[in-house]
Order: sequence, then structure tokens, then C-alpha cells
Amino acid sequence: MPEGERKSGRSRYTTVSIPVTLYNRIKKLIEGTGFANVSQFVTYVLREVVVEYERAREAEEPFTEEEKEKIIEKLRRLGYI
Amino acid sequence: MVSKPHGGRLVNRVAKGRRREALLEEAKELHSIEVTKNTASDIHNIAYGAYSPLQGFLLREDYEHVLYDMRLSDDTPWTIPIVLDVRKDEIQGVKEGDDVALTHEGQILAVMKVEEIYEWDKKEFARHVFKTEDPNHPGVARTYARKELLIGGPIDLLNPLKHPFDRYALTPLETRVLFKEKGWRTIVAFQTRNVPHLGHEYVQKAALTFVDGLLIHPLVGWKKPGDFKDEVIVAAYEALIKHYYPKDSVVFSVLWMQMRYAGPREAIHHAIVRKNFGCTHFIVGRDHAGVGNYYGPYEAWDLFNEFPDLGITPLFIRESFYCKKCGGMVNAKICPHSDEFRVRISGTKLRKMIRNKEKPPEYMMRPEVAEVVLSFDNPFVT
Repeated sequence: MPEGERKSGRSRYTTVSIPVTLYNRIKKLIEGTGFANVSQFVTYVLREVVVEYERAREAEEPFTEEEKEKIIEKLRRLGYI
Repeated sequence: MVSKPHGGRLVNRVAKGRRREALLEEAKELHSIEVTKNTASDIHNIAYGAYSPLQGFLLREDYEHVLYDMRLSDDTPWTIPIVLDVRKDEIQGVKEGDDVALTHEGQILAVMKVEEIYEWDKKEFARHVFKTEDPNHPGVARTYARKELLIGGPIDLLNPLKHPFDRYALTPLETRVLFKEKGWRTIVAFQTRNVPHLGHEYVQKAALTFVDGLLIHPLVGWKKPGDFKDEVIVAAYEALIKHYYPKDSVVFSVLWMQMRYAGPREAIHHAIVRKNFGCTHFIVGRDHAGVGNYYGPYEAWDLFNEFPDLGITPLFIRESFYCKKCGGMVNAKICPHSDEFRVRISGTKLRKMIRNKEKPPEYMMRPEVAEVVLSFDNPFVT
């Protein structure tokens, strides 16, 4: 297991450092919310942000022009367009 | 813009041309494993990208992550383990690293590289996926009936089966092209296993008001006894769309996938699959994919909150009912009247009426739809 990594139940976790001031700010923020601790909140927010970055890097279309033409022909035949 | 495929890339494991011919030739010599129709539908959904990013049946690491964390091992949200079960004697002589042929009714369907053979605990599977070990739960009962080992690895589809509803069978690639041709940037998907009543029509049209297009996407495939037959659902929707929907903003297609009745987890799964078809929004209704009293009526809504990175926006639409005072379908948020004016559309009541060959009233079901449903001798799965 890499340094800093740990297991909790069946899941594996690792440690990431954040400024103590930010930690305290988040701790205050999540009081009375559904988040059990700062780690849970940080995981949630990171997933939200990471997926946006990933999306921006993904290719525009998953089909080629040739595939597209064939599909359009089928869609016409079936009455979709 | 339509949704990006789940995991970033639309999977295509359909072998074509010379590669297909070569694989087919090899497959004839391989150890073969006969698969059920449900597994065959999973193979199609993997191959055509409906289950992107899955390239095949889950390996143990992914299986465990999905079971315990509702994510694949690379952190991508995934809630239902897609697994291939086998008996020990079926894979006698097969070892990890071997290729096998997957057959259905004796015909070669696909080839698979067996990367891992592992044991599974069906009770644990049931407890996590269905939140119960009760064998009366239809999904649990089917899990217990599965075979003792799982094999994981990528597949290549060689001979697609004839789709049970060819006319309405669109792959994720095809719906994506279709949405683009139509100029739709926002598309809401509606998942169903029922014939449409006015409550369904209400939620679909309420959602459609805010997006460019609606994909009505019923499941065809295994369902529990007492549910409507696939052909009844398809015929009922044909009637509804013909008479009550604007042609330019609705696409009707079917998804060949079994119902699992896994409630909240299956709701997430349904959303992910529709994301792969290009949908940007997904309607989550009351007791989505539920059965009996195993799940809370809005439990699925809570589970969506655990997935900020799902990549498809859930639309939580409350249960609708007919209000005699409002004179139409409404929901509790917009209707100020008391229960005495509210008529709830109960699925159980509706099925009972249909079973007794009674025509449901017009505030429950469109007459054209009722006529179609009643035209079937037995519209229910037995």
C-alpha cells in the first residue's frame, strides 16, 4: 500500500494536506449538514470539480462522419428523421 | 450539448469486418459457455456502449468497489455489478488468460478473455445491492439462483442477436446522432416498465417543458410476473405518442435490459445508462425501480445526492394525482386542495381494472391507450 494510504472497512483512503485554516472553515461550514466530517465534504467537492475538468478534456463526438451518415440512413428508414 | 459518455469514451466492443471473421473462426475452437438471455442483453449493452465505461464483465476489484462503494476502482460511479456467473463444471479446464466463446441457444454470440475467475457471496451481494437478503424480493431470488463462480474480462460481440423490438432498437451512438440531427442540446430520459397512465404523461410533459427533447425509453427484457408484457408497453406508448405528443420533441426507443428491482441503486444505474445514450437529464419518480415495501418512496432521490460527479442531472418529480377542483393532473406542490378532491392513480388498482377487463376512467388513462391495453388477452407477465 503506498505511503499515506489506509483502509477503512472495505474502502481505501489516502491523506491529502490542506491548510488548517481551510480545514477549520470547512468544519464550521458542515456543522448540522449531512456531511459527517471534513474528509467526506472534501471528497464530495473534489468529485464535483474533477468531473468538470475531465469532461472538458474529452473528445467532442464519439462517431466519425462515415458512421454518422450510415446511422442517419438507418434513422430515416425507421422514421426517426 | 448532449452528455459525454460515462467514463469519457463510448465503448464499442462490436467486432466488425476481418477482425470479426478472424475472431469467429477462433471462437469455433474455443471452450464455450452458454449464457442466458439476460446475460446476452448485458453483452449487447456492454458492446454497444450502453454500459460505458465497462469493456466486459467485472473483475473482482471492480466488483468489490461497486458492491461496497458504488464506484468502479477508478472512482467512476457505478452501482449495479455487471457480472457473469458460471458453474465450476462449465469452466473445467479454463484458466485465467484463456479466451472463451459465449454462446446463446448454441450459437456463438461473443468471445471473452477470462482475466479472472472468482467466488462471490450471494447474500452479501443481495444485502448491498438490494438492501435485503429476503428471498421473496424478486431480484434477491434471482441472485440466489445464479451460479457459484464469477468470471470477468473484456468481451467482443460477434453475432448480435435479433433485437426483440427491431423497429425501436437504437444504440447509444444512434441516439447521439439522432439528437444532434434534431438539434437537441438537452434531453430528458424517462425510464419505465409500465404502460403509461396520466401520471406518467404528466411527469414526462412537465420535464419536457424545460428541455429540448424527451426520450421515452422503456425496458424490454425480464420482468417479474404481474408486470406488463413488453409488447403491451410498446403498443400502449405507440398509441399515447400518436395521439398526445408533439412529434418533434419526443423519441421513443426501447432498451433491452432486465429489471432488477434494486430501487435506489438501480435508479442510479438507469441514469448512467441513459447518460450513455446522450441524455442530459433523467426523471426519477416515486419508488424508482422499487418493489413491495423494500425501499422508501423517495429513497432514490437521496442516493443521487451522493453522486456529484454523475454527469446527468436527475429531475425529481413528485407523485402526481388528478385533482377534481383543479380539473387536471397536479402534484402536492402546486395543488392547494384537500384529499377529498384528489384522486391518486394507483398502479395496483389500474392493473386490477385491466385484469378485470374494465376500462380505466379518462382521468387515469387515455382512452386510446386503455383500448390498446385491453385488446391483449393477457397483458401481464406470467
